[in-house]
Amino acid sequence: MRAQAIAVSDVGKAFKRYSSQWMRAREWFFRIPSHEKRWVLRGISFAVEAGTAFGILGANGAGKSTLLKIICHATRPTEGEVVVQGRVAALLELGMGFHPEFSGRQNALMAGQLLGLNVNELNEAMPDIERFADIGDLLDQPLRTYSSGMQMRLAFSVATAVRPDVLIIDEALSVGDAAFQRKCYRRIEDFRAKGTTLLFVSHDIEAIKRLCDEAVFLDQGIVSSLGPVRSVCDAYERSLFGGEQSKIAASDAVGSESPPASQYAFDAALTPSCEQVYGTGEALIQSCWLESLGGERVNVVGAGEPVCWCFSVRFKENVVAPVFSMMLKTRDGEAVYGTDSVFLGIDPGGFDADETVKVVFQIETHLVPDQYFLNCGVRKDTESGSVFLSRRVDAGILQVSGSESTSGLVGPADLRGKLTLLAPGSSHG
Amino acid sequence: MFTALWEYRSFIISSIAREFQSRYRASLLGAFWTVAHPLAMMIIYTVIFGQLMRASLPGFEQTPFAFSIYLCAGIIFWGFHAEVLSAMSSVFVEQGNLMKKTAFPKICLPAIVIATATVNLSILFFLYAIFLAVIGHWPGSVIFAALPLLLLQALLALGLGLLFGSLNVFFRDISQFVPVLLQFWFWLTPIVYSAQIVPERFQQWLLLNPMHPIIAGYQAIFLSKSVPDPATLIFPMLITVILVILGGLVFLRHADELVDEL
Repeated sequence: MRAQAIAVSDVGKAFKRYSSQWMRAREWFFRIPSHEKRWVLRGISFAVEAGTAFGILGANGAGKSTLLKIICHATRPTEGEVVVQGRVAALLELGMGFHPEFSGRQNALMAGQLLGLNVNELNEAMPDIERFADIGDLLDQPLRTYSSGMQMRLAFSVATAVRPDVLIIDEALSVGDAAFQRKCYRRIEDFRAKGTTLLFVSHDIEAIKRLCDEAVFLDQGIVSSLGPVRSVCDAYERSLFGGEQSKIAASDAVGSESPPASQYAFDAALTPSCEQVYGTGEALIQSCWLESLGGERVNVVGAGEPVCWCFSVRFKENVVAPVFSMMLKTRDGEAVYGTDSVFLGIDPGGFDADETVKVVFQIETHLVPDQYFLNCGVRKDTESGSVFLSRRVDAGILQVSGSESTSGLVGPADLRGKLTLLAPGSSHG
Repeated sequence: MFTALWEYRSFIISSIAREFQSRYRASLLGAFWTVAHPLAMMIIYTVIFGQLMRASLPGFEQTPFAFSIYLCAGIIFWGFHAEVLSAMSSVFVEQGNLMKKTAFPKICLPAIVIATATVNLSILFFLYAIFLAVIGHWPGSVIFAALPLLLLQALLALGLGLLFGSLNVFFRDISQFVPVLLQFWFWLTPIVYSAQIVPERFQQWLLLNPMHPIIAGYQAIFLSKSVPDPATLIFPMLITVILVILGGLVFLRHADELVDEL
């Protein structure tokens, strides 16, 4: 086993809460305890081996940032202790120690000193900072002329100018363009290879999975899951998307029409807890589900495989020429694919009150492995516009799992890329 | 604590430089404004008290510019006191985000305040020294007596400043209170008037003001070119020791809690 770079043992942090300033004064001057303790972290223990990467996951307010502040010694734990070996560089907030009126170079010097580097080290590292930040002449312009992305470039370049023993990053990488992010990740990988321990907090589960070996999932200040990154991420995702699974499952989300669930390709935890339902009420989407071509209820599908997005609609009134529609979105809510019965050239005709129809959209999941959200709807197009009789947003989650044919790394579509390397002079077959 | 200060010395030095640069960054006259304020004060008091009200210092009727020498000595060194106190009382609140998000020794902040005030003082003192030399009233080697006085004064301001600064994080009333306190303190210290004109029955009250013997010491050095009587400084020293211990204790004890409150 390698040496421990970070050892967190039974750490707890409580903030004192006073009902008023007078109560605080009473405690201060008369030594009468007048506060109640509000624990934001309790009983946190884990160890990070030197040279590994450790992720911290959790919803907002779970205590991630407080934990980071304790680990980088910006604040002290109320109980327990944290031991960190070696020099720590922490990017808890972008541009700490930056002043808008000074040039990028001056600010780089200042921020570096705040990290405990001395002027000589910084002067030595300055060419590297310049190269890495890659903001050209702007380096000698006042910082207020920078975009936030440029500030982020500079801040990251400074923090990583001299390889730290422990690098702590809090969400910082989410700013900046994709190219720079890749550059940052490369540098982090490089540091890790040289023995730097990484502590990483992010909402981006994929980034955590990609970078980290182990992780901890904090839920309301306590360790909810700790261990290898995959299992912790799974636990986190389950809590994120399946927070109210029992409630939804009991409602009509899974109606009687849906087929029996597949034993292998159905994860009951993948139930959205953020569904929105609305419409005029002329029709009602009673239930919606994903099923395989074989008719089994699924929600985990190998990339590229076909799957059917089904929903059953019961009409409450007589409706002429309704339009059925669906949409598939990324986790961020960006549309990946949407279509409807008009575009697909299906004329459903009219429906009478109390009539029911099962709508089946078959799609092929040429997607990069991730989770996707599904909408379904039935609407009426009139001259004045479209109106939804019933619509369910984020009504289903489709988990696309990696397969051998997966070629994409980022962003939703799998464009089936292939790579060929040709020696100069030769030509395409 | 001192090793921490030493390790972060370059940060402290850059912070002082930045403090000055940022203050006058987008201004035309720059550093002139550092001296403009105290200079204006000195001119106003010299004109009003020295000329209009014909205030003269008992025993120095024959010395040219006696009142100006007296007044400037008081105002320059009081200015240091006031600057340190008011800056210290708000420094932790102002730098709250920095303290929360980075792990640097918090003692750097008071150090930066004192160092910045010292630089300010040096600029003013330089002008004052030129003035003294020009009017032919240079005190000579007696001037070195000002150094221990300055040390004493700085420690007094440090102790009180640490106390106020730490308290201010928990009770923001302090930052409102300090300017009021400084106003009273300024006028209760013989700076624009001389201690002799204070009525007999109030004289004893002057002794309770630890700043009085310190300022009087400077006035003695620069006006009568004499070394201040060490006996008068025993009381300020005592107060300083108490304040440094008290301020230091409050700061050290609550240093961790400071961050939680910000």
